[in-house]
Amino acid sequence: MTTTTDPHQGQFRLSMLLYDSRYRSMTIQIIALIGFLLLLGWIFSNTAQNLTDLGKEPSFRFMGEPAGYDINQRLLEYSNQDTHLRAALIGLLNTLLVAALGCITATVLGVIIGVLRLSPNWIISRLSAVYVEMFRNVPVLLWIVFIMAILIETLPSPSAFRKGEASLSLWDSVAVTNRGIYIPEPLFTNTLGNLHLFGNSSLRFDVSLDLIAILAVFIGGLLTSGLIKRRADHTQEATGTRPTTWYWRLGVVVIPTSIVLVLLGLHWGYPELKGFNFKGGTHLRNSLIALWLALSVYTAAFIAEIVRAGILAISKGQSEAAGALGLRSNRTMSLVILPQALRVIIPPLISNYLNLTKNSSLAIAVGYMDITGTLGGITMNQTGRELETVLLLMLVYLAISLTISSVMNWYNESVKLKER
Amino acid sequence: MSDMSYVRSDMLPERTPPASSVGFVGWARANLFNGVVNSILTIVSLVLIFFVLAALLPWLFSPTWNSGSLNECREILNGHEGACWGVIHERWQQLLYGFYPNGSEAGTVDQRWRPNLAFLLLFVAVIPVLFNMISRRMNWVLLLVALSYGAYAVGGTLGMITVVVLLAAAVIVGYKAFSTDKAARAAEIEAGAKRLPNPLIFSAIFPFVVPFLLWGGSIWVFVGAALGFVLAGLAYRYLSAAVGSLAGMIISVLVAIVWWLFLIGPFASAMDAILPIALEQIESRKFGGFMLSITIGVVAIGISLPIGIVLALGRQSDLLIVKALSVGFIEFIRGVPLITLLFVASTLLNIFLPPGTNFDIILRVLIMVTLFASAYMAEVVRGGLAALPKGQYEAADALGLDYWKAQRLIIMPQALKISIPGIVSTFIGVFKDTVLVSIIGLLDPLGLSNAIRADQAWNGVVWELYGFIAFMFFVFCFSMSRYSMYLERRLRTGHK
Repeated sequence: MTTTTDPHQGQFRLSMLLYDSRYRSMTIQIIALIGFLLLLGWIFSNTAQNLTDLGKEPSFRFMGEPAGYDINQRLLEYSNQDTHLRAALIGLLNTLLVAALGCITATVLGVIIGVLRLSPNWIISRLSAVYVEMFRNVPVLLWIVFIMAILIETLPSPSAFRKGEASLSLWDSVAVTNRGIYIPEPLFTNTLGNLHLFGNSSLRFDVSLDLIAILAVFIGGLLTSGLIKRRADHTQEATGTRPTTWYWRLGVVVIPTSIVLVLLGLHWGYPELKGFNFKGGTHLRNSLIALWLALSVYTAAFIAEIVRAGILAISKGQSEAAGALGLRSNRTMSLVILPQALRVIIPPLISNYLNLTKNSSLAIAVGYMDITGTLGGITMNQTGRELETVLLLMLVYLAISLTISSVMNWYNESVKLKER
Repeated sequence: MSDMSYVRSDMLPERTPPASSVGFVGWARANLFNGVVNSILTIVSLVLIFFVLAALLPWLFSPTWNSGSLNECREILNGHEGACWGVIHERWQQLLYGFYPNGSEAGTVDQRWRPNLAFLLLFVAVIPVLFNMISRRMNWVLLLVALSYGAYAVGGTLGMITVVVLLAAAVIVGYKAFSTDKAARAAEIEAGAKRLPNPLIFSAIFPFVVPFLLWGGSIWVFVGAALGFVLAGLAYRYLSAAVGSLAGMIISVLVAIVWWLFLIGPFASAMDAILPIALEQIESRKFGGFMLSITIGVVAIGISLPIGIVLALGRQSDLLIVKALSVGFIEFIRGVPLITLLFVASTLLNIFLPPGTNFDIILRVLIMVTLFASAYMAEVVRGGLAALPKGQYEAADALGLDYWKAQRLIIMPQALKISIPGIVSTFIGVFKDTVLVSIIGLLDPLGLSNAIRADQAWNGVVWELYGFIAFMFFVFCFSMSRYSMYLERRLRTGHK
């Protein structure tokens, strides 16, 4: 069938590249590509020229040289004789640590505040509104330095403990000082030792076998408990009565885990005052705490708004229908409102986790040695390799961002409404 | 027939509700003490509020406004807890303007009227874009008042005469605006009265006025920059009829680029020779405080909006390569923290440019923050584009509009309207993020606070400075977020 809009089969002319809609998109794309490549080439040639002038040949060899600086808060062992690569790895783990801690506390706090903001109690809802507005309208960097100042200025120094002006809290187990917080650390008498990964390289990684054993038993217990639940479900469907299983389900988790802990000889190492400072226990430095707290309270304000919007997005008919079915209010929340609200809540929640992770780069303001502080801070200043370090830094953050968003998107897909 | 009746013929007057369910008591019973849990929560929060206020208020109202150093504050307070407001009293101008010349050094003149005027003009320029509750004439009145402030600050006989003229014009226009109501005015226009020009004209000029005010130098450079746009527009108008819209657009862009790169210098120097109008030049390193934050925020948002629109269109486009480039740019920028981009600004941007290029750090920061904001802006605009019903695109196609006409006349006006709240919250985000520039050593409020604390007299002052900065940010951001909520309500046209 021929219609008037069919292209006539004429000869190809050069002007058709511009005026014929069949070719025009091609032309535009090729022009765009050429323009982009030209820009890229221009930047590359400039960079090469400038670097040659400065006498800096781009190379990543400096990553293998000794770093020469100390990192006070670290998850793996590290000394200043280790390489820049290892320093970057320590920094990366610190970034992930504060991001993970921050995401957890921000979610807990945000959900509580968001639900409280919908409370019928006038004072409570007003207080939550004040919280939200106060924290999200002031830059997070300001909150970080503010909380750091609070920690340093108001908490007692270790010498106050010596003079008896301050004392350990929580039954003499936690020391809250202006140099950080000392918490008890778990110690094992019959320890299984560590698993050394990656030999002696810069990426060497010690994994505690004790931790693996405990986690394995614990997760095994959880899986067994899940099996018991499924059997209970089957019984309920078949007979109509649900067997009481809570003690079984609790037991298979708690008892094996406790046995393993006893076998390993778990005891606690408490912080003790020695010399001018506390020794023993795990030392959480001020910088970590300030960053963690500030990121949590700041992001919690955003999460609270997301949670509130998510709950409000569920139409009133849903809770009324649940009420008509005879569900109690907490079951209405957990079985009807939350599963639907989660679909609204999760996508913006993901982007807030990403924001929190990216904001953790502000650690540099309080001296917490995350990857920005190590790779983008001291390593960059010591080696003068701005191009390489900033490039690596960006790639690391890009990788973290893409990983978080893909994991979270996968989760989002799995809870999404299955439309037919 | 008796008069007796068992049916009441008139209603009894309503009884007043019991005292426990009206007034404050009733409100409190319904909202604060309905149930055990709620009562406990209420009491706990009241106690909490009491303790916070009991600690905060005496600290806040401490009589130290006039003290000249931390030690003086301590003497005044005499052992009591209290804030040392002397630091704010002494340094608030620095926190607002940074080291912008204030006439204190010998041989300098107070130039702070320039950022003030720029700030006033910002409101005048933004109002017709964002609000529609104010009439055209009121907007011109505001502009005249703002300009008369500028003329007053310049001073001199000529300045004073200008002030009088401007104020008189403002009074006349303002009087007419208040004396005629909307209907009468509409009838006048119907009968052939001239309308005042659209205030959006000033909003379009504004981006060229502000750099001139803030950085100073010859006015002709900025006039020349604006002329580039005018030339491109003229070229497009006349060429598109002759060679078609796409070729016309390419040529007009080339015309503008050639003008900016090669002809603007000769033009400016020629005009300078004829009519020298210039303001004293201020180096960017003197910018600081909230003025710097606002400058970075406003410039970044202003420039990122057009870039963001282009990127959003690129991301939505059918052209694969264009789409890939846009997605790559947006996701890259959104995937890295702003601080790494600021590192690029402080250490790498000069390396990327031809050897010998060296422009100042504030301009470099502006470029990177603008790129950062454009990626976020692109996502906001894309949200607006996605929210439009497909019928709008199809209707534009059915009318036979080409791509750009459809975007300009049908799609963009609606998509941008939907995304205004998102744009405002992006602005709030960028404005808050400007404090990050203190990490690379610029003197924004936070950077200045470190400098002030390094001063002998104020060594040890923490809360007052941080509190003041936080309060200022809160005022700016909170009012903007309220405004965005107002917009959301106003723009909700109720089709849902």
